[in-house]
Amino acid sequence: MTDHTRVLIIGSGPAGLTAAIYAGRALLNPIVIEGEPSSTTDQPGGQLMLTTDIENFPGFPESITGPELMAKMREQAKRFGADLRVSKVHKVDATSRPFRAWLTDDVEPSITADSVILATGARSMMLNVPGEDRLYSHGLSTCATCDGFFFRGQDIAVVGGGDSAIEEATFLTRFASSVTLIHRRDSLRASKIMQERAMSNEKIKFAWNSKVTEVLGEERVEGVRLEDTITGETRVLPITGIFIAIGHIPNTTLVTDLLPLDEAGYVKTSHGSYTNIDGLFAAGDVQDHEYRQAITSAGSGCVAAIDAERWLETQGFSH
Amino acid sequence: MATITHLTDATFDEVVKSSEKPILVDFWAEWCGPCKMIAPILEELADEQSEKFAIAKLDVDTNVATATKFSVMSIPTLLLFKEGEVVARLVGAKPKGAMLQEITDNL
Repeated sequence: MTDHTRVLIIGSGPAGLTAAIYAGRALLNPIVIEGEPSSTTDQPGGQLMLTTDIENFPGFPESITGPELMAKMREQAKRFGADLRVSKVHKVDATSRPFRAWLTDDVEPSITADSVILATGARSMMLNVPGEDRLYSHGLSTCATCDGFFFRGQDIAVVGGGDSAIEEATFLTRFASSVTLIHRRDSLRASKIMQERAMSNEKIKFAWNSKVTEVLGEERVEGVRLEDTITGETRVLPITGIFIAIGHIPNTTLVTDLLPLDEAGYVKTSHGSYTNIDGLFAAGDVQDHEYRQAITSAGSGCVAAIDAERWLETQGFSH
Repeated sequence: MATITHLTDATFDEVVKSSEKPILVDFWAEWCGPCKMIAPILEELADEQSEKFAIAKLDVDTNVATATKFSVMSIPTLLLFKEGEVVARLVGAKPKGAMLQEITDNL
C-alpha cells in the first residue's frame, strides 16, 4: 500500500520536528519518517537524544535535557496532525513527481510525496584507529550520558575540542576522578563559557596537540597511544575509559546521487532551504556545517516548511 | 500477554539459571536515552516471541554488582542467556528487525 502526502519529512531532530509543526499547522498533514533506534546519534530525536542539559535553547531558563526537549517537540508536532513513523527511508526517487520513498524492508516505494524536506542531520564521527572497534562498549563510548556512570572513581579521557567534547568532559567529572581532554590543537573550538567551565574544573586535564593513534587494551580499555601533532613523538596515556566527541558527518546517503554537496560533504541550499531539485528542501545539520545548534536547526526546519508550503501553492497543489 | 521481569542483584542468578527458555536481559538505566528508545521494542518482542525466549530487565543504577560481573560498561546492553550462560551480547540501540535477527541467530 502506498501513502501519499503533501510533505514528506525525513528526520525527527529539531529541524524535522519544527518543519512538522509548521507543516501541520499549515494543514499539510505531513508524514515524518523519524528514523530507527541506534546509539550513534542517527536516531529518532537526533543528536540531542544523547545529550544532557541544554542551556542555550530559548524558553528554558533552567535548562532542559535533550530527550525531554525532543519529546516536547514530538508531542507538539503530533498535536498539529503530523503522522510520525519510526522507520528509516533507505531510498528516495526525486527524478519524477510525485517523489517516491522506500522505507526499511520496502521492495516497492510505500510513500509518495508532492514535496520532501530532508532533515536527516549528522552523526558522530569515529576515530578510525586500531583498537576502536574491539573496545567499543568495553571502555570506549560515544555516549557520556549513557555510560559515564560506569567510570566512577576512574581516570578517563574525552577526545575532541568543541562544545560537545567540553559538555561531555564536564558531565563525566561527576563520576570520574579525572578526565583528560585530548585535542589535536593547542586551543579549544568550544564557546567561551564552555571553555571557562572546563578550565576552572579541577578534574579536567588537557592533552594539547595530541592525536589518538591507537586504543590500547585487550578485554577493556587500558590506555591510548597519543602522537604529538607538532613533534611527532608518541606516548601512552593510561586510562580506563575513552569518550569520542570529535565532531559529526552529515547523513547524506539518500541524496548523494541527487544533490550537489559542498566541500565538507553537506547538502547545498540557497534562498532558505531550496536545493537543486524543485520540491526537495533541506533543513538542519544535513545542510549546515557552520552553526549546528538546536535552535538554528529548529529555525531552518521552520524555513523549510514555509518554503515547501509556498512552493506547493505555486505548483497549484491545494490544501 | 508476556510480562517483562525486573531483576535485581538478589534475584538475578535464580531467575536466569532457572529460566526454561533462553532469557534476554536488558541492562538499562533511567538516564539513558537509547535505553528508552528500545523499551517499546522489547515490550513488543516479549509479546510476539514469548514462545521462543523470555525477556527481563536489570536497572544498572541500583544493581551495580550484576552489571560489573558481566562487564557491562555501555548501555543499553542486551545479554542472551541459555541455561545460565551468555550466548550473545548486543550493545547499543538497534532497530527491531536487527535486534530480533541477532537474538534468533543465537537461540
